[in-house]
Amino acid sequence: MNRERYAVILVYSTSYAIRAEHVLNGAGISSRLIPVPRHLSSDCGVCVRIERADQEAALNALEAASLEIEGIHEI
Amino acid sequence: MIYFDNAATSWPKPPGVAEAMVRFINDVGANPGRAGHRLAVQAGRIVYSAREAVAELFNVPDPLRVVFGHNVTEALNLALRGLLRPGAHVVTSSMEHNSMMRPLRALERQGVALTVVPCSPEGVLDPAAVEAVLRPDTVMIALNHASNVVGTLLPVADVAALARDYDLLLLVDAAQTGGAYPIDVQADGIDLLAFTGHKSLCGPMGTGGLVVGERVDVARLEPLKRGGTGSRSEHEEQPDFLPDMCESGTPNAVGLAGLDAGVRWVLERGVAAIRTHEVTLAQRLIDGLSGIRGVTVYGELDATRQTATVSFNVAGLEPSDVGLRLDEAYGIMCRVGLHCAPAAHKTIGTFPVGTVRFGLSAFNTLEEVDTALAAVGELAREAG
Repeated sequence: MNRERYAVILVYSTSYAIRAEHVLNGAGISSRLIPVPRHLSSDCGVCVRIERADQEAALNALEAASLEIEGIHEI
Repeated sequence: MIYFDNAATSWPKPPGVAEAMVRFINDVGANPGRAGHRLAVQAGRIVYSAREAVAELFNVPDPLRVVFGHNVTEALNLALRGLLRPGAHVVTSSMEHNSMMRPLRALERQGVALTVVPCSPEGVLDPAAVEAVLRPDTVMIALNHASNVVGTLLPVADVAALARDYDLLLLVDAAQTGGAYPIDVQADGIDLLAFTGHKSLCGPMGTGGLVVGERVDVARLEPLKRGGTGSRSEHEEQPDFLPDMCESGTPNAVGLAGLDAGVRWVLERGVAAIRTHEVTLAQRLIDGLSGIRGVTVYGELDATRQTATVSFNVAGLEPSDVGLRLDEAYGIMCRVGLHCAPAAHKTIGTFPVGTVRFGLSAFNTLEEVDTALAAVGELAREAG
């Protein structure tokens, strides 16, 4: 896996991650739920991994759905 | 065998409910929201799917404002104890179930002012009577959507308009209506909707929850319990966002898998179609019972103004005698007594004896209603 392709969106909880996944699917952006990388957060949940190229579109889609996020990081 | 105790718990459940629960136990099993591995995520998806199904049914814009709990009692306790503080005034009706009344009476002892607005002997609430008791310190109107004793629908839309005019929160107990009567929290102006999974939402016991509307200040909502949520694990303080802040501890994910299937069955069948069927059954039951000499039927006797829950008494027989005979001699299961709602019985004039209650569901048939009517007719003749 070429890790440099990806960014991860951190959200408050698994429910948020699944909602984000639905919103992104609806916007035609492919995503995957993965465990939160340890260096980003000590949280025990999941985050949403997307392609780096999709970052702006993803943020716009989440904002349009009023889904608050904790942050976005390239990994 | 005829099951007419659906107002307590619906049975049978639609196809798919038990299967969804078995699938969860056998094939998923993991703790939703507590880890990042595939089974935990799959469990999280199932719980989220239930949240989405409930949100769709009640037209909630954001599924994350559906807070799951164990039943409507827990949801009402969360809304009442979570939002009412000493010095505040709350208004309720005289048709409430104890799941509403007992937390309110406890809050009253702690300094919350409570006004119980009397309803008519048919269980009807006049919105003008609600408006008349509003005060500058009133913060909430808390009502059941339909009586669990006589099925009478309360005028939620009119009271919602009052709540808007006076800037109050409207809490609705939808135990008897969720899944059986159309509910749209946005169009109906409901700020807090308490629901239970095991009645007309067709799910298992141990599921329910509270829809928290946009007008509710979440920062002021005090959770009933605090603990692990799988989120913000680095903090020793409770999270401050929905639904996690109010969902501490491992949820009843097996039950929520069943609730998901139950609500999706309701969505597929359509609440309007279910309602039409239940109105037909209830009117046949009301008309039939009203025609039996010695039988008193309570409520407005108009199925379009109530749920498919009908209360009656047979002259010369205690409700418990009627219930026992119906069960033993006819295989008809119903509920007798006070139905956990003493205030409602005082209102309709059946306290402390209570009533015989037939609670119908989407799965009952006209044939079953006719069989039950014949049985009640025989009992009334024997007693008369």
